[in-house]
Amino acid sequence: MQNWRRNKFAFSVLFLPPAAWLVIFFTLPLAIVWVYSFGARGPLGEIILDWSAVSLGNYARSLEWINLEIVAKSIWIAVVATAICIGLGFPLAMGIAFASPRYRNILLLLVILPFWTNLLIRTYAWIAVLRERGHVNFALEWLHDTINGGLAVLGLPALLGAFEPLQLLYNQNAVIIGIVYVNLPFMVLPLYATLEKLDRSYLEASLDLGAGQWRTLFSVTVPLSLPGISTGVLLTFILALGSFLTPDLLGGPDSIMIGNLIAQQFGSARDWPFGAALSFLLMYATFIILWVKAMVAKREGGSAF
Amino acid sequence: MSISTATATPAPRLRRPRRDIGPLDYTKRAWMRLLLAVNFVFLYFPIVALIAFSFNDSKRNITWQGFTFKYYTQAFNNNALQDAFTNSLMIAAISTAVSTVLGTMLGVALHRYRFPAKDVVESWVHLPIVIPEICMGVAMLALFALIKFPLGLATVIVSHIAFSIPFVAVVVRARMAGFDLSLEEASRDLGANQWQTFWNVTFPYLIPGAVAGGLLALTLSLDDFVITFFTSGPGSTTFPIKIYSMVRFSVTPEVNAASTILIVLTLTLTVVAMAMQGRGGNKKI
Repeated sequence: MQNWRRNKFAFSVLFLPPAAWLVIFFTLPLAIVWVYSFGARGPLGEIILDWSAVSLGNYARSLEWINLEIVAKSIWIAVVATAICIGLGFPLAMGIAFASPRYRNILLLLVILPFWTNLLIRTYAWIAVLRERGHVNFALEWLHDTINGGLAVLGLPALLGAFEPLQLLYNQNAVIIGIVYVNLPFMVLPLYATLEKLDRSYLEASLDLGAGQWRTLFSVTVPLSLPGISTGVLLTFILALGSFLTPDLLGGPDSIMIGNLIAQQFGSARDWPFGAALSFLLMYATFIILWVKAMVAKREGGSAF
Repeated sequence: MSISTATATPAPRLRRPRRDIGPLDYTKRAWMRLLLAVNFVFLYFPIVALIAFSFNDSKRNITWQGFTFKYYTQAFNNNALQDAFTNSLMIAAISTAVSTVLGTMLGVALHRYRFPAKDVVESWVHLPIVIPEICMGVAMLALFALIKFPLGLATVIVSHIAFSIPFVAVVVRARMAGFDLSLEEASRDLGANQWQTFWNVTFPYLIPGAVAGGLLALTLSLDDFVITFFTSGPGSTTFPIKIYSMVRFSVTPEVNAASTILIVLTLTLTVVAMAMQGRGGNKKI
């Protein structure tokens, strides 16, 4: 690595154009939003930014009950989705890490593959699965009719009655399923990375010394893979908290998240200062989580990934 | 011994005795295989069903009625979808070209030079990768509204370039990590100037990284929904945005067909990118 002073010209030629692009089209826009977040909304939806109007009012508004409910719900959805991601992702990562090397890469590829298809399409695919006349209800109806049919053959009355399709779509559970689906690879990959590097002799020692498989799992494997777990949890949580498309397509009135509230303020509600404040609340949450992740990585020594 | 040879051996069962499964061979155990199977069904069922039902000969698209290509013909003949597809390709082409060049420059600069506050600059460069997409989307919208620049193809392209640069830089930097700087010193020793050294020694080495980064930028641009949603105007509807408006309207096999086209396109590009990266990693230069 060279000191930039030794070759200022070459450094400037390489570094300045991309840096300038990111300053103008990334940092500047965020700075504008940050400034807006202290402004006020005019009667026609314009942004009032004179000194008398500058306040923390927009941030305070996010604590009003109706908005706080959405913020709290977003955090709750993100927590539940992250928990389900660990529940599904840990066995999956373990299954891949302990597979024979021949299959390991294929299994890993199979996890990443859906992740390369478009986010919108992956979310849309769930509508066909969950809707009233969707695949799940269709399978349930078939099961229901088969049981009823079987009972009729035996001469028994149809115990189950007429089939009522389950309302699986446009509610909070659908949003959680969608978020888990979209973010599962972000949990599995860091988990796999630590489980694969794990020194197997610790597990063998534990088994040799008389601990059972479950005890070994919870007292040795899980503690040793904490760096991967923390990376996966934080990553999944950030992504889940910032969801916009999943609640938009799969959610209903009971499952509006911060992302949807932000989009509403910049769209139909035309309250940009409030939207800007919400957007920065989300950014601050992201920064705090990334900072926590950096601290954890520092304590573990080296990178957590 | 004589007994076992005399009796008919239950051969198929003995061939794989249970002791083949070591204590740590978790993946060979039935319960782990069941868990893996459940996970993979969860990961694949929605997409496979979506693709399968794009070939389903039924307007209501609930039960399987027979195989057909007619929804693909319909999707191909849908003018709005065609326009959206053309827009997507044009945006992706320009965004990829610019972000590959800028991202490569950034990746090389970060790999090569030490400069004040480099840690901070690096975190800043990675920021577009980690912040929620919606925050970047509304920020871009706020910028274009402030300078009163009408939303259209240009605003989408500019935004796509901005979020692609860091991804390209990361890929190129990873490639450069394997570069032996003494090769450059040798070139300088042998009389080449700085420019010749770059073009003839450094540049050929980083090409696989730049290509892989470029293909990543291409898929990111083709796939992006959230940021495009906030920065596109009436004349700059992209393929994902068009699919979104169709989805909001109704769930039809035509949407499935259009989605399948996009899946195949991005998967192909990603596989090519992976192959490029893999090949670049194995060869010396």
